[in-house]
Amino acid sequence: MAATEEIRGVGHSVKRLEDARFIRGKGNYFDDIALPGMLHLEFLRSPFAHARIKSIDASRAEALPGVVAVVTGELLAQHSLAWMPTLSGDTQAVLATDKVRFQGQEVAAVIAETVYIAKDAVELIEVDYEPLQAITSPQQALAEGAPVIRDEKEGQQDNHIYHWEAGDKEATDKAFAAADQVVELDTFYPRCHPAPLECCGCVADVNPATGKATIYMTSQAPHAHRTLFALVAGLPEHKIRIISPDLGGGFGNKVPIYPGYVVATAASLLIGRPVKWVEDRTGNLISTGFARDYHMHGELALKGDRIAGLRVKLLSDNGAFFSDAQPTICKAGLFHIVTGSYDIPAAHVETDGAYTNKAPGGVAYRCSFRVTEASYLIERLVQTAAYEIGADPAEFRQSNFIKPEQFPYKSATGFEYDSGDYGAAMDMALEKLGYEDLRREQAEARKEGKLIGIGLASFTEVVGAGHGAEYKIAGLRMNDGAELRIHPTGKAVLKLSVKAQGQGHETTFAQIVAEELGLQPEDVEVQEGDTDHTPYGLGTYASRSTPVSGAAAAMVSRRIRAKAKKIAAHLLEASEDDLEWKDGRFSVKGAPEKSTTIQDIAFAAYTNVPEGMEDGLEGVYYYDPPNMTYPFGTYAVAVQIDRGTGAWKVKRVVAVDDCGVRINPMIVEGQIMGGLTEGFAIAAMELIDFDEDGNCIGANFMDYLLPTSWETPSFELGETVTPSPHHPLGAKGVGESATVGSPAAFVNAVVDALAHAGVRNFEMPVTSDKVWAALNEVGLAE
Amino acid sequence: MTETATEQAVYTKQLNVTVNGQARSAAIETRLLLVHFLRETLGLTGTHIGCDTTSCGACTVLVDGTPLKSCTCFAVQTEGSEITTVEGLAPAGGLHPVQEGFHEEHGLQCGFCTPGMMLTATALLAENPNPSETEIRWALSGNICRCTGYQNIVKAVQYAAAKMREGS
Amino acid sequence: MYPARFEYFAPSSVDEALSVLERYGDEAKVLAGGQSLIPLMKLRFASPRALVDLNGIDGLDELYEDNGMLNIGALVRHKACERSDLLRKRYGVLADAAPQISDPIVRNRGTVAGSLAHADPQGDWGSALLAGGGQVQVRGSDGTRTISLDDFFLGPFTTALEPTEIVTWVQVPEPGPRSGGAYFKLERKVGDFATVAVGVHVSFSNGKVERAGIALTGVGPRNLRAESAEQALAGHELDDEAIGEAARLAAQAAEPRDDARGSAEYKRNVVRVFTERGLRKAAERREKQ
Repeated sequence: MAATEEIRGVGHSVKRLEDARFIRGKGNYFDDIALPGMLHLEFLRSPFAHARIKSIDASRAEALPGVVAVVTGELLAQHSLAWMPTLSGDTQAVLATDKVRFQGQEVAAVIAETVYIAKDAVELIEVDYEPLQAITSPQQALAEGAPVIRDEKEGQQDNHIYHWEAGDKEATDKAFAAADQVVELDTFYPRCHPAPLECCGCVADVNPATGKATIYMTSQAPHAHRTLFALVAGLPEHKIRIISPDLGGGFGNKVPIYPGYVVATAASLLIGRPVKWVEDRTGNLISTGFARDYHMHGELALKGDRIAGLRVKLLSDNGAFFSDAQPTICKAGLFHIVTGSYDIPAAHVETDGAYTNKAPGGVAYRCSFRVTEASYLIERLVQTAAYEIGADPAEFRQSNFIKPEQFPYKSATGFEYDSGDYGAAMDMALEKLGYEDLRREQAEARKEGKLIGIGLASFTEVVGAGHGAEYKIAGLRMNDGAELRIHPTGKAVLKLSVKAQGQGHETTFAQIVAEELGLQPEDVEVQEGDTDHTPYGLGTYASRSTPVSGAAAAMVSRRIRAKAKKIAAHLLEASEDDLEWKDGRFSVKGAPEKSTTIQDIAFAAYTNVPEGMEDGLEGVYYYDPPNMTYPFGTYAVAVQIDRGTGAWKVKRVVAVDDCGVRINPMIVEGQIMGGLTEGFAIAAMELIDFDEDGNCIGANFMDYLLPTSWETPSFELGETVTPSPHHPLGAKGVGESATVGSPAAFVNAVVDALAHAGVRNFEMPVTSDKVWAALNEVGLAE
Repeated sequence: MTETATEQAVYTKQLNVTVNGQARSAAIETRLLLVHFLRETLGLTGTHIGCDTTSCGACTVLVDGTPLKSCTCFAVQTEGSEITTVEGLAPAGGLHPVQEGFHEEHGLQCGFCTPGMMLTATALLAENPNPSETEIRWALSGNICRCTGYQNIVKAVQYAAAKMREGS
Repeated sequence: MYPARFEYFAPSSVDEALSVLERYGDEAKVLAGGQSLIPLMKLRFASPRALVDLNGIDGLDELYEDNGMLNIGALVRHKACERSDLLRKRYGVLADAAPQISDPIVRNRGTVAGSLAHADPQGDWGSALLAGGGQVQVRGSDGTRTISLDDFFLGPFTTALEPTEIVTWVQVPEPGPRSGGAYFKLERKVGDFATVAVGVHVSFSNGKVERAGIALTGVGPRNLRAESAEQALAGHELDDEAIGEAARLAAQAAEPRDDARGSAEYKRNVVRVFTERGLRKAAERREKQ
């Protein structure tokens, strides 16, 4: 068989196997699917943020030639489908019945022969609304006398959703009482949106003859969605097949179940024809899972230059329905990782959530379950503290870092960090940046009236959910599976429970099999997304694919290798103990010419197995992570401010990441650069805002701004590698690190340019007018 | 609300256009956007839709060699033109250097912006065979990518430019 | 994303186009680049009964100087202006504005004339051409008339154009042997409209300002000329003091509003800063001639 060539497993920058179809325009995204007899669904959306529905007259719409049906909340209610459960134990309207609760909420759906006709018909539906006062902030929502948004919920007397705490209040209060100095920061992480380039949608095909529902759907978690569909729609789970095809980005936007999926499926069931729902960008931005919208108050208790305590109070704007996709034990996701990279002996987090007249959501957009919010807060607090005590921001961080010898580290809020060397990452970042030189340059520039700023962020985040006993969503354990089968001619198929939206799973996971079994990545086909053909799992988000499914892939490969060893022993007529394994080959120790390849073994598995052994070479493994993983890094950003306009330009971005072992360095770097760009976008320009009537500003790409190749800076990347001690490959996951860690670096840079004049904070997005207002106030405007 | 056949006809037109070197003809509504004509009428689904305000460029195609956002053009306006979509980029059985560049330099992740991005890049290189990074970023500033951060896209275009200058 | 139905006309002459417009009146819209109109139709903010597509009409895409006038035909695209050596050499305000409009792909299609007819107060051509002292040639079925851009913009998206008329030429008087111009635009990202923009176009004689054009984008109900600033410069040398004073007056002439792009005070200040930078650049470019 093949000559000994290097197996391109872990550590190789294998060019992506999935590229072949995408560069030819042969991707298979859901909107590319056309089924015979397919109908099209368009929504009528509410123009009001809060209003009672007095009547809906769809008669003119129904009469339009080409319209097959108009679905309203009333019709759905007859099938108990007008409301559905959310992933956070609340309920959410599928189509509005009594009231509309946010601008853009789905009120009715037209099913028609073409999408153009469906849109024509939507215009003909008449709704009589009685507008009500709109609640547009959680403070307003929780104020005395505020109208109750969820008045349909039994027992709901106000707009309060939850109260949740983490950490040790008593110890923290003590630390603050004994502090030399307390540094405070009030800041708001604004509402933004994952805005993948492909919007959400589905083709729902309920076969009237077989009763089987095949739903092609933009889903990052197809198995969980299948189970939820079964519970919600009362369809038997084996009669539901969810196929998540190629996805044009996800970033957490394709985790929730949206009304479109439910209405399309219900319509297909009732009509007996496939129904396609294609969301438009306005629908996507105005109604699907937004991110953040988090009011944060943080305090650091300082003793000298050491942080003695951290206290955080949070207020979350969850929109009209509490639909956060997060482990159910947490109401604020994993926000309590907020002690970050620092050795903080006492910490306490207190959080409340409120309903408002806005779209539901909050946990999304590469946030690792609210770690974006936590990381932002601690890195902004630490930066502020450095200024307040007159310390260098890098040195202040370093003197408070958790030290390498302290791992595994038990944090004050209950996390056990697996491994880290924060100082090494920081040192590398500072060196790459030329920090000392840049500080000198900054001082010189200031004399000439030029404003340069240097921003740092040293994040530690937590991913890889998670240990089955602790982490569940909607009761489902967050373990993920991998099923591997080797064919007689030495090729393999690996079926996964996760679902890529661009992260390169077809290459990375093939490399894991390559590493463990010596098959080249091209010989391994990775399949994801079809629930009829893949093992169960909770899907891809919160950077969990490599930590969980990657581990499963490694473990199932090892199981198979163990069986392969037995077959090898049989083929070589040797004892298993005398065999050694290298690069896809078992050889007899001391007699290397007596060897057999994995390909030979695969063939033997179907033609020549030892007596009593079952045929085949395959296995399935569900991985239960013993702990989370903790990627980390230091980002350094240099900016220059235009004193006439307040506009700031990024001069340098240095990003040093440590995500443990890197399976495919090229793909890892791609993930980091994408995340840095999103972090930059969030810091500089992204915002979904509302006026006092609840009108949404930011429901299209003219108002919700995404950076182009022109605004986006270049990135200088570095790496340190501190393997995860508990992951089979030592890998930690990296998809979200840069989105988590970088916004603070950008904001810190702009603050740093004006810190000498006493400026301490800018609220995101840090637009030029805000910078100019500060320049003007401190007398530095041109 | 019914219409006579004569009334209907006023809203439709026979379109004759060349797409990826092939003559195509179809009776279509005058309001049919070019992107829907390509995707739905011709089944060329490589051209994608990412927004509704002409902002993202995912729908970019070449009309007579010039990049155009096909969501902001009625199909009937392209009568007699030559349209190139991503499906028409590669020579038979091979890859266009731009496609090769995107693969070699990891210039794509989810692939959704990639067809439009590659076509804009192809038009750039036809006009400017040796563009600087600044010129590349400027030329691509009408095509949004959410995944890559653009840096590898720039490298992909530089790869293609070098390959094309070599004359291969 | 899905426009309402319309009747489509693709005339091969301006006369043919005009006769369709006569028939449909204000129920018809002219289609040139379509990069402003089609987005409105997709969102159903505009649903004209008829569209008159000018793109098949020959002779409307010329860009040339003749008889003391720069002539920009109705179908001249932003991209042609971006690439024009003529504009770069002699009409800096236009050469600067062109590449900053929208994004490079939209610029392949959108037209100067269409942009003026659309009259978005945040549109760049309006200010750049106002600064240049521009005018439009307009044809109706009863003949041609000339409208100075000073009289053309009436309010947001409102012009002196009748529904049955078509802009056939945009014209700018030749600036003379010593001139300089510039267009400074602050936008949040490529493709966004201007937060604030300022166009300046200055003709000199005997070392002094003979005519100054200063126009503002995004700080009023339409593109505005800063007339008091212009008058303050006339007859003076373009020195630091004159520039500072003109910038101050231009800021005063602005009528900005608070919005997502910034406060009125902020925008007014950017007008001042950009007027200064624009005038300095204009002086620099005069030196290079």
